[in-house]
Amino acid sequence: MTSGLIELAGIERVFRLGDSEVHALRRLDLQIASGEYVSVMGPSGSGKSTLLNLLGLLDRPDAGTYRLAGRDVTTLSADEQARLRSERIGFVFQSFHLVPRLTAAENIALPMVLAGIAPSRRAERIASALRDYGLENRADHRPDQLSGGQRQRVAIARATIMQPAVILADEPTGNLDRATGEEVVRLLETLNERGVTLIVVTHDAGLGARAQRQLLMEDGLLQHDRRHGSETPGPCVAPT
Amino acid sequence: MRSADLIRFARDAAAGHPLRTVLLVLAMAIGVAAVVVLTALGDGARRYVLNEFSSIGSNLVIVLPGRSQTGGFNPGNAVTSTPRDLTIDDAQALLRASSVYRAAPLAVGTSEISYGGKLREVTVVGTTAEFVEVRRLSLAHGRFLVTGDWRRGASEAVIGAKIQDEMFGRQNALGQLVRVGDRRFRIVGVLAASGQGLGMNTDELVILPVPLAQAMFNSNTLFRILVEASSREAIDSAKAQVSEIIRLRHEGELDVTVITQDAVLATFDRLLGTMTLAVAGIAAISLAVAGILVMNVMLVSVTQRTAEIGLLKALGASAATIRNAFLAEAAMLSIAGALVGLLLGHAGAAIIRQLFPAFPAFPPAWAVIAGLATALTTGVLFGVQPARRAARLDPVQALARR
Ligand SMILES: Nc1ncnc2c1ncn2[C@@H]1O[C@H](COP(=O)(O)OP(=O)(O)O)[C@@H](O)[C@H]1O
Ligand SMILES: [Mg+2]
Repeated sequence: MTSGLIELAGIERVFRLGDSEVHALRRLDLQIASGEYVSVMGPSGSGKSTLLNLLGLLDRPDAGTYRLAGRDVTTLSADEQARLRSERIGFVFQSFHLVPRLTAAENIALPMVLAGIAPSRRAERIASALRDYGLENRADHRPDQLSGGQRQRVAIARATIMQPAVILADEPTGNLDRATGEEVVRLLETLNERGVTLIVVTHDAGLGARAQRQLLMEDGLLQHDRRHGSETPGPCVAPT
Repeated sequence: MRSADLIRFARDAAAGHPLRTVLLVLAMAIGVAAVVVLTALGDGARRYVLNEFSSIGSNLVIVLPGRSQTGGFNPGNAVTSTPRDLTIDDAQALLRASSVYRAAPLAVGTSEISYGGKLREVTVVGTTAEFVEVRRLSLAHGRFLVTGDWRRGASEAVIGAKIQDEMFGRQNALGQLVRVGDRRFRIVGVLAASGQGLGMNTDELVILPVPLAQAMFNSNTLFRILVEASSREAIDSAKAQVSEIIRLRHEGELDVTVITQDAVLATFDRLLGTMTLAVAGIAAISLAVAGILVMNVMLVSVTQRTAEIGLLKALGASAATIRNAFLAEAAMLSIAGALVGLLLGHAGAAIIRQLFPAFPAFPPAWAVIAGLATALTTGVLFGVQPARRAARLDPVQALARR
């Protein structure tokens, strides 16, 4: 792989709880090219969410460098990181994280509102997002008036409304039944087909297998990095 | 984030927690309403006293016998044990002063009035025709004492409205003969009812020519001399001239006190103004309490909305945006509280005016402005800490909270 959109080198993330240290990520090297579809699997506590939070600039590594689109973002200020999150990264969470007092349309508009985009320009984009995700007649409903699948569609619409380069989804189907989860994954895959880099953390081996590239994490290490069925060892498999 | 969006976001956040919002608005409102009502009371008292005092005449200079104690130690006082009496001649001499327009001598005592078998104790005022002008009194019936020689007077009396009611009822008192003390007087006039007032209530007076009153009290001293200066500007020179004339007449010793209505008004004004200020300060304490409540409620709000704050950060909100959102909410609640308090306060003042029509309970503008400003400042100041706490939250941990 040539110039990666995402380049991680020697990433360490250590949590300290009292005297004990938890190595959530150990000397992680990873490159992800623009437009890739990557699934991240592994047992609970293996560091998948920690990895996703680092990729999304919500967290900082204790060591190593993170280059996003060729730029070292590890040392950026909090405000500059916020700006990158706003412009380049979309999050989809297991528990949807919709603001309960806001309507579907207002939740979708939130990233644009925070970015200071003019209301006239927002309206158009919200209308087309509602159309794309089949939420036209749910626009004025609040989250508690929506089904799980509809909530996650609102969350995906919100994640894509700023047209980010990367979508980070942490167990997006974890709170959904099988059929609805399937539907949500298809929506995410459609985004990937249009060129968005998609990184999905999942427990579900079936869903994980649909990605062109599958990462397997274990105890903070990248155990496998598999593409199109052909297995290549992870760039940094520490022999244990 | 655009300011219109920021305001809408803060408004929705406030509306999303109605109980919390109502509590805060109420706390602020009570503080502001307290400032408005209490200062309306204080300033109302000030205006009431000033009005009452102004209504006893204009450009008044009042001469009282004896040196006022507030003059400090005066060697002259130490020598003379008793001040000289203030006499009708003293009063008459004051008319020579260029700044004196009118003067009325006043002798006061108590006596009994009787008519048709009815008997009543009354305050008797001995004075001259000028009194009615100097005191700006009006008559309901008849006329006042006749102008003429101050040392001689006809046996005529003018009575207050209440005396007319109690002694004569519906009967016309004019022309009737009454006995006051051991003399008989013909009633020539009845004063118009003055209602409540400060100091002397003219409704219960019997007014007689000053020499007859002095004879009745068996004394030739005066209680007061009321002097009307020729204009407002002349008050000070009238005071100086009056003092000088009395001093010369009293063998070079100023054994009277000369006060001006303006000085008394100014003293009352200062005194009651200070009282209003103090009352406003006490009321403002409730605003500080409201401010502390704002802080605590906003801190609870930050805790309740931790996951939302994490989400906003994940969606690209900067620390400043989150801080501003919480500050805007605190400011908005404070403004709403201040406005509600303003309404409540004005309503309270209006109710007081309804209940006591004579009492001008209007909150002064400075108090209203200061109350609003204090409400806003405390609300925003106490909102800063919760807002900063929200802005500093770690996004990953915040998102993990549910
Ligand atoms: N804030 C934290 N403080 C302490 N330990 C943490 C924290 N976040 C994650 N961990 C630990 O780091 C490890 C990796 O966690 P995580 O990335 O959430 O795993 P996964 O998402 O794969 O289940 C776990 O052992 C977890 O307990
Ligand atoms: Mg996880």
